[in-house]
This record gives sequence, C-alpha cells and structure tokens, in this order.
Amino acid sequence: MRSQQVKILVVVAALAALAIIVPNANSFLILLATRVLAFAILVMSVDLLLGYTGLPSLGQAAYLAVGAYLTAILATKYQFGLGYDFWLVVIGGMLLGAALAAVFGLLAIRATGVYFLMITLALGQCVWGLAYRWNSLTNGDNGINLRQRPQFGIDLANEVTFFYLVLGFFVVSLLLLYTLVRSPFGLSLAGIRERELRMRILGYNTWLHKYIAFIIAGAFGGLSGVLWAHTAGIVSPVNVELAFSVDALLMAVLGGSGTLVGGVIGAFIVFGLREYLSTLVPWWQYVLGGVYVLTILYLPTGLMGIPDRIRQRRARTGNREEEKELAPVTP
Amino acid sequence: MNTQFWLIQAFNGVSYGALLFLVGSGLSLIFGVMRIVNLSHGSYFLLGGYVALSVIWTTGSWALALPVAALSIAAVGLLMERIFLRPLGFDPLRQVLLTVGFAFLFQQAALDIWTGNNFDINPPEVLTKSVVVGGLYLPLYRVFMIATALVIGIVLWVAMEKTRMGAAVRATVDDAQMARGVGIDTSRVSMLIFSLGAFLAALGGVIGGAFLGIYPGLDFEMLPLAFAVVIIGGMGSLGGAAIGALLVGLADNFGKALFPEVSYFTLYAPMALILAVKPTGLFGRE
Repeated sequence: MRSQQVKILVVVAALAALAIIVPNANSFLILLATRVLAFAILVMSVDLLLGYTGLPSLGQAAYLAVGAYLTAILATKYQFGLGYDFWLVVIGGMLLGAALAAVFGLLAIRATGVYFLMITLALGQCVWGLAYRWNSLTNGDNGINLRQRPQFGIDLANEVTFFYLVLGFFVVSLLLLYTLVRSPFGLSLAGIRERELRMRILGYNTWLHKYIAFIIAGAFGGLSGVLWAHTAGIVSPVNVELAFSVDALLMAVLGGSGTLVGGVIGAFIVFGLREYLSTLVPWWQYVLGGVYVLTILYLPTGLMGIPDRIRQRRARTGNREEEKELAPVTP
Repeated sequence: MNTQFWLIQAFNGVSYGALLFLVGSGLSLIFGVMRIVNLSHGSYFLLGGYVALSVIWTTGSWALALPVAALSIAAVGLLMERIFLRPLGFDPLRQVLLTVGFAFLFQQAALDIWTGNNFDINPPEVLTKSVVVGGLYLPLYRVFMIATALVIGIVLWVAMEKTRMGAAVRATVDDAQMARGVGIDTSRVSMLIFSLGAFLAALGGVIGGAFLGIYPGLDFEMLPLAFAVVIIGGMGSLGGAAIGALLVGLADNFGKALFPEVSYFTLYAPMALILAVKPTGLFGRE
C-alpha cells in the first residue's frame, strides 16, 4: 500500500510541476503540452480497455473524431458552443462518443484478442469513410477549420488559459478513471483480463462488464475529441485514420499499459519527438519507429514498468548471492 | 445508367478486385498460419512499387521490375519474420505493434530514398492499348491484371492443395499445435508464408502502381482494403480471399459511382457486421 501512496505523490508532484512550469515556458511548449494532455485522455480510454480489460482497440480514434466533428460542425455551422454553451458541447461530445461505443460495442465485444483488433479496425474505418466522403457534413478531405475558441468569462484564445482548461479536464478524467479502475467494477474488469472464463464461472456477466467499459472509454474518447478540436483548430479525416488509432494504442503501450498515467508519458514522448525533433533533424521518424520497435522488443511493460523490472532484477541477483552463500562447500 | 455503365463498372470492379486479391491473399495466409495482424502489409505494397520504379529508371525494363521488386520485398519480409517477429513468440498485441513500428520505419525510408513525389509506373506500350469486346472498350492493362491474378490464384491453389508443403501450410492454419505434434516444421512454414505474402503484396504494388500511382500514404490506404478482403473472405482461406477481393473490388467501384458520399461506409460496415456475426470471416476455417 505504501508504494501506491508514493506513486500517487509522484503523479501529483508531476502534475503540479506541469501546471507551474508550462505556462512560463515558450508558446511552443505550451501548445505541445496542451496537445499531449488533450490526446492523453484518449490514450487513457485506450488503456482502460487494453490495460484493465484486456481489449486492444485499433479504432479508438473514431470516438475522438465524433467528439471533434461535433464540436467543429456546431461551432462553424451554428455558432454553437462558443460561449457558456461550450459545456453543453462537452457533455454532447461525451454522450455522442458513448452512444457510438454503445452501437459499436454490440458488434465488437463478442470478439477477443486478434479478432477484437480487427473488428475495431473495421468499425474505425467506417467512421473514417464517412468523415472522408460525406462532404456536405464533414467537408471531406479538407476538414473543418475552427476560427475561434470559446469565450465565457475566460478567453480560451489565450494559450495559457486554454492549457489550464485542458489540464483541468485531464486531471478530472484521470481521477474519474482512477476511481473507476480501483472500484469493485474495475477489479472485476482486471479479473476478466486475467481469466475471463473463471470470472464467468464465478457468476459475473463478463459481456456486460466489457460493454460498459467500452462505452465509458467511448465517452472519454468523445471528451478528448472536443478538446482536440479546439486545440488543433482543424478537424479532418486525418483524425480518424488508422494511423491515429494506432498512435493512441502505441502511446499506451509505450508508457506502460494498465497504469493510466503511462499514457501521458507515452503521449509526451511521441508528440515531443514528432513536433520537436522534426524541427531539428529530417530523420526523426526513424527515431520514433525505433523507439516503438525497441519498446516492444525489450520493454513489454512499457516505461512505467522499468522500476519494477529493476527491482525484480535486483531481487534476482540478491537471491543468487544468497544461494552462493548457502551452497554447500565441497572440499 | 444503361447497361454499358453497369458493364464498365463491373469490369473495373473485377480488375480492382484482381489487384486486391494479390494484396489480400498474402495477408490472409499470414494471418491463417501465424495469427499475426500484419500492419506493415501496406508498406510491402508501396515499397514494391518504389523498388520497381528504381529498376525501371536504371534499366528501363518493366518486365524486369516485376520479379526484382517482388523478390527483394520478399527478402525484407523474410528478415522481418526471422529477426523480429519470431523471437516475440505468440503475443498478438506485441506482434501487431511491432509491425506498425516497421510500417513507420518503412514510411520514412521510402520518403528518404524516393522523396515525397507522386510517381506513375508506366507499363510497356503493348499493355496501354484497349481491346473492344461487344462494343465495350476495355483497357488491356486491366485485362492483364485480371489474368495475372487468375494465374497466381491458380498456382497458389494448386500449391496449397496438391503439394506436401501446401498440406503442411493448411495443417498449420487449422491447428498449429497439432501440426507441430505430427512433425511439421511450423517455424519454416511461417517463414515461407510471411515472405510469400510480402512477395504478393509487392507484386500488387508494381502492378497497381500503373493506375493508382505510387505516393507516400498509399501504404495506409491499401492496408484497410486488404483487411476488408481478408475479413470478408475469411482468414487463412485462399478461395475466401478471392471472393473477398472480388466483393470488395465491386463494392468499392459501385459505391464510388452510385453513392459517393457514403462509399467507404458501404465497404467497411458490411466488413464489421461479418466480423461480428462470424469472426472467422465468410469462408474462414473454424
């Protein structure tokens, strides 16, 4: 229990440091941090499915996309969501994400493992197809530009104010998801991840558990989309592409699945490499690809798993020394 | 919308399906044998096209470009399977992520070597003409595509059904553990199938490059289509891949012609439905 408290303290300290340091940094870093935090909500929703329920989703971008498109379409076509009604859009985005997940979940939840990967991929592509082709609604390939950010007492056009808003949403999401995975419901999700058959024998309705987790993940995906739309200022089919879903999945694994906060670290590394390194060197994508490949080969538990691995190694070498001492001395 | 329209669209759909068969059949076999969702399959398609371009630029021979591109990408696939995928063992998620990592690496490598420009692969003069069948002008190149897919399909089918190696592959698809138990070297089967898949995808890239063009991003455009073929047809089944490719080719063509606004939706929604009802695909082995 004590190590859990230490971990919580570290996370709180890191978030506090983020809240203090970032606003005093240059605008590049502020924008980067805002992007990372907005996207990290999606990554956490992936982690809820992957790390806690054992469902690897390859179509999570779809939920971000519906939230983002909702925000963009309401703002540009109806001038809605640019004042206090922004909060209605937030709720609407979450509900839409949840509703989409409720429909998709009916199809996807039956599948497991590789088949779950494939079916979420197919469902994600459905949404991509609509975003790409339904010109009258989504403006097709060109996407939708958001000309302004909401204003309600505070002006979100200000980068620092907007950063604090996104940080706030992130912290609340983290708290909610953390409470969720520590709740009896979350523990039974972990049970399903470890051995679904046993959970079913124990009388749990595993389908319903997974379905609810899927819907919750969809809702957070939608929230992430609302924030993403205002962060990026443009919503286009790129946000629904397979590569975008893959990004979210990779960030979760890179940081360490089943940790929630690992996703933020993964997001920071990937966005950081992509946006900072790409201004320095032309071969930045090798670094990114290399990081992925090396993580998967040598760090299956992700970056958050490093301390545990070190501890295990130490314990192992310690044991070996003990064995040596205990070994009978052969004359 | 007269009969001419329907016939031309159907012909285009079938020829597109022929191309998709080349990409999809390899992916399907890889999945069947190794249970790997190979997300770098689109990259093989694109890289095949790029290698062919280089061969054409240096030697001027299109006929030479076909085997060179296909074989060199098959070698890439072989190395990837031996060095990286095999040591991972059976862990679907890690395998999938690893193939994505490679897809990104290939993307960057292609960008560095062949720049970000749009290229076309020009087929030889003979194939650029048209033939007239029953009043319809059919581009000879598309006829050639259908013929190629037919020949390859038949060769693969004979190899799978009539040879010892084919029997070993089918056994591995059905039950890898049992196959190992009766002395089939499943590791060798995996290696063979993975490089065969890369070979076919690269071949598709060379052939498809003539009318799709070769450009960055094509890899992740082909990938979901190839998956649609595999899923509709059933994983690990050659006949299924053929039917899946035909259906996807036709659905894609008619979808774009008849209801462009929802054309991709009409392609992927049935795919999701099929997966939900029958996870192994329409013609997949249970």
